[in-house]
Amino acid sequence: MNNSHEVTLENHVHRDDVGARMGMWLFLFTEVLLFGGMFLVYAVYRFQNQEQFKLAALELNTGIGTLNTIILLTSSLTVALSIAAIQNKNKFLSIVFLNSTLLLALMFMVNKYFEWSTKFAHGIYPGSKELLEKPNGQILFYGLYYVMTGLHGLHVLIGMIILYIIKRQIKKDIITPDKYVKLENSGLYWHLVDLIWIFLFPLFYLIQ
Amino acid sequence: MANTIAENYLHQSTNKYKGILSWLLTTDHKKIGLLYFVSILFFFLVGAIIGLLMRLELIAPGRTIMGPQTYNTLFTLHGVIMIFLFIVPGLPAIFGNFFLPIQIGARDVAFPRLNLLSWYVYMVGAILALVSLFLPGGPIDTGWTFYIPYSIRTNTNVSLAIFAAFVLGFSSILTGINFITTVHRLRAPGMTFFKMPLFVWATYATAWIQIIATPVIGITILLVIIERAFGVGIFDPALGGDPILYQHLFWIYSHPAVYIMILPAMGVVSEIIPTFSRRTIFGYKAIAMSSLAIAFIGYLVWAHHMFTSGMSDTARWVFSLLTFIVALPSGVKIFNWVATMYKGSIDPQPPFLWVMSFIFLFSIGGLTGLVLGSLATDIHVHDTYFVVAHFHYVMFGGTGTIFFGALHYWFPKMFGKMYNIKLSKIAVALFFIGFNMLYFPKFILGYMGMPRRYYDYLPQFEPLQKVSTVGSWILVGTIFFIVGYFIHALIKGKKATSNPWGGVTLEWHIPSPPIQENFEVIPTITHKPYDFSQLKEMKNE
Repeated sequence: MNNSHEVTLENHVHRDDVGARMGMWLFLFTEVLLFGGMFLVYAVYRFQNQEQFKLAALELNTGIGTLNTIILLTSSLTVALSIAAIQNKNKFLSIVFLNSTLLLALMFMVNKYFEWSTKFAHGIYPGSKELLEKPNGQILFYGLYYVMTGLHGLHVLIGMIILYIIKRQIKKDIITPDKYVKLENSGLYWHLVDLIWIFLFPLFYLIQ
Repeated sequence: MANTIAENYLHQSTNKYKGILSWLLTTDHKKIGLLYFVSILFFFLVGAIIGLLMRLELIAPGRTIMGPQTYNTLFTLHGVIMIFLFIVPGLPAIFGNFFLPIQIGARDVAFPRLNLLSWYVYMVGAILALVSLFLPGGPIDTGWTFYIPYSIRTNTNVSLAIFAAFVLGFSSILTGINFITTVHRLRAPGMTFFKMPLFVWATYATAWIQIIATPVIGITILLVIIERAFGVGIFDPALGGDPILYQHLFWIYSHPAVYIMILPAMGVVSEIIPTFSRRTIFGYKAIAMSSLAIAFIGYLVWAHHMFTSGMSDTARWVFSLLTFIVALPSGVKIFNWVATMYKGSIDPQPPFLWVMSFIFLFSIGGLTGLVLGSLATDIHVHDTYFVVAHFHYVMFGGTGTIFFGALHYWFPKMFGKMYNIKLSKIAVALFFIGFNMLYFPKFILGYMGMPRRYYDYLPQFEPLQKVSTVGSWILVGTIFFIVGYFIHALIKGKKATSNPWGGVTLEWHIPSPPIQENFEVIPTITHKPYDFSQLKEMKNE
């Protein structure tokens, strides 16, 4: 791995891939803490409303949840393969793998859309009359469900935008086989998005 | 070292533009530091004037110059502006940006463009906060703590104002990431961790708290906004949510945040004392480690803000004990600073006088913190002026004083101009008098039972309230006096030499003001940071 750390006065080129990765890991750390706050809230309310959380979770569609988990895990694989491809100087393959990641991410969001709209059709959304008639524990469960998966969905969208920009940069040879730390960092971000889903999935869909 | 005007950073551009764009698009950490300096100083003055108006309202019981709703919005704004726009970014973003790379022998921070972005994010946050004042609905009136349930019930512009705080937090995180990476990656050859100046250590510890604590307030604020917009019920007691949980999440950030505010100031003190005592710092490692200890323990004491909110007794005494433990590393610092001066050759220049004022005010603030940290006394003085006085002694008497101390210390280096020493010595004295007049009566008022944030008060509190208000005039007057002689120095000040105070850390080895990339040749570090035997060699440079 390239570890160049040269500063020259003449052309002002400063490049530090290790530093760039370190910065990214620190940023991911803040993301983990951001979601950590949510997981803390979830833990407290689950502890306080165990029965209601179980009942509310029965309404969720485990099938779609599982499908989305598989999709997201596969997309993490394709991002990793894209990095491996550029390391092996195969620009074309790298772009192909990034495209498949983007496609999988889109599938994830489409599934999410159908999942949410079905819920909406059943009148389960924050502030709806049907939800407000349920016990407080169930209101909280759905509140957390929408906020946490929503925030995660937002991260998927941001990740898609980033990966799309990266793909264009590979096309334009801004990211090359000797200089691909941006791709690596975006990959790290995508793995984080995946990782958070790995925790959201059992907490909402599997504990029933 | 010869230094022509063309070479210094103030007149050079890092991009192809000249004039204002060479500033707004700069990637030079020094220029970004100055951008922060101007914006933060502006908000500080706004916050100070709001404080002045509040004190004016309190000069007599009943209505004096404003109604109760205005008063509520003013104390909220005073808190939000002073905390999120002045004191949290203050020292790290201005002096950290400017001097951290120089002190470790680097040409810039690790991510210069990200550094510029942080400033823009800061400005966006600041503008959002200002916009929220003028939109229909009226300015936020919840107090800077945004406590639920009031903050989800009131119709004022809470969402926009706290979104501003969210954005500012993002800026803080980016700065933190930048500084940690810089310290790890860009130290000059020979600059080992234990040769770093203590200001770098303090800023490094601060950067860690910034990235560990800030995301928690980010998500908490986001949840309040979501709660207001959609009514999901997470904090709403009517739907099963728990307002106490909000308080926990809020203080999990906001307590470590006070260490974000004070640690860089302690770092500056550790720079100024050796320079003006001509003596190496006493207990270098102990001071460096105590910064990390404060950062670590400071993360575990948040619930001492909530002793009366409803918690188990076990939780209360544990948090009380942990709170007392934070006093230990703080004490280590104070004793080491004082020990540094012992048998030193003390030169009482203005920066040193500011530090003396700091040690006095901060010690009062710290010791009254123990009164608040012990359960029995806290029940009595909780939510009274006593807390207000404690907080201002620690934050304003601590960080605020050192903001001026750092400015007096580094101003000649930053701008290459010297200010009027005599005037600045008068300013320290006036500041000290005004400060104590303004805040000390609040300890007594609080002990007598005057609650904080109240618009009106009982007649027996009037004499002390009046003393306090007169103090605010002296204090704010002094602040404008200081700004005045600095502006005068910028225009008509004498040229400063490269080392006016006889300091030995790296910034004093380079010209004033520094050149574009700080060093012509990256230095190799052989000395300990406060080794004053270097002074002789430096004279020959």
